[in-house]
Amino acid sequence: MSIFGRRKSANSAKERLQLVLIHDRTDLNPAELEALKDDLIATISRHVEIEPSGVVINVAQDGRAQRLVADIPLRSTNRRRR
Amino acid sequence: MTAKVVTVTSGKGGVGKTTSVANIAVALAARGQKVTCIDGDIGLRNLDVVMGLENRIVYDLVDVVEGRCRLRQAMIRDKRLPELYLIPAAQTRDKTAVSPSDMVRLCDELRQEVDWVLIDSPAGIERGFKNSIAAADKVLVMTNPEISAVRDADRVVGLLDAEEKGPASLVINRLNPIMVKRGDMLSVEDVLDLLAIDLIGIVPEDENVLVASNKGQPLALDPKSRAGHAFDNIARRLLGEQVPFMDLDTSGLWQRLLGRK
Ligand SMILES: Nc1ncnc2c1ncn2[C@@H]1O[C@H](COP(=O)(O)OP(=O)(O)OP(=O)(O)O)[C@@H](O)[C@H]1O
Ligand SMILES: [Mg+2]
Repeated sequence: MSIFGRRKSANSAKERLQLVLIHDRTDLNPAELEALKDDLIATISRHVEIEPSGVVINVAQDGRAQRLVADIPLRSTNRRRR
Repeated sequence: MTAKVVTVTSGKGGVGKTTSVANIAVALAARGQKVTCIDGDIGLRNLDVVMGLENRIVYDLVDVVEGRCRLRQAMIRDKRLPELYLIPAAQTRDKTAVSPSDMVRLCDELRQEVDWVLIDSPAGIERGFKNSIAAADKVLVMTNPEISAVRDADRVVGLLDAEEKGPASLVINRLNPIMVKRGDMLSVEDVLDLLAIDLIGIVPEDENVLVASNKGQPLALDPKSRAGHAFDNIARRLLGEQVPFMDLDTSGLWQRLLGRK
């Protein structure tokens, strides 16, 4: 149940399991994923200017395998100061 | 003869491993196969009572491993079928009485004698599980459409891959089509999406399972029981037949299998 009315409990079970299984399979919890994101931003920023607020990191499923997918927007040269 | 060794395991307890080993064994034996079941749950034996053979036990698995009897002497014959045997677990010992290499040796000896060796694994991922999968040519992972059973099944599937015992095949037991329909139970499709392994059986929730185990008469021979029919279908798939899945799940799997979705 949600405040918006009855939600199918099987859907919640599936969504919760999707997240739990990623963590079980990869040993990566949301906090570690956040820390990894910060490290990644720091490292990449040393080479190229990026838009830190736009960085998205996700674990994507491919059958039983998972892939770390990072989307890192670069700051355009025109918008750079100077 | 070179038997195929099939282990049924699950991670979580109580999902129906013992029930399915008993029923798949009966179904295979009824189809003319020579079958031996091994109860791998040392210290908590149950396959004997589910099969109705508890009064005939003289020797057990540990007696064979420790050389107190010959393999043949520990194989209790189920007289209701031509060639069905059970090697019971020891009740007063613990799992360390048997090692994975003992199981490999024992199964290698059995391979010469029968067509199928079915091993009933204990729950968990400890010694008993490792013993039960050591000799397996094929592992069936059993789950219920329920959050913790699916999670534990996933863990076991991962371990089996790591031990090079994969790819495992999935059995979904205790599916309640009415609950699936109203959205209160994970559907077959949901579970397959999550676990991403091959499906070998869907067994509905069925009161006859309890009635059969009360009587010690596996229900795979009862054509009126839906669960019995489902177990027989698993036996046929193990034999290599292409058997369509029963129309239990109302949330789209059937349509997908028929190519309508
Ligand atoms: N399809 C089904 N419909 C209804 N009841 C079932 C079904 N399958 C199993 N059961 C019941 O569930 C209970 C547990 O089954 P079973 O002993 O086979 O599980 P298990 O996985 O071997 O348990 P354990 O992990 O303790 O060894 C039993 O009471 C059995 O009768
Ligand atoms: Mg059991």
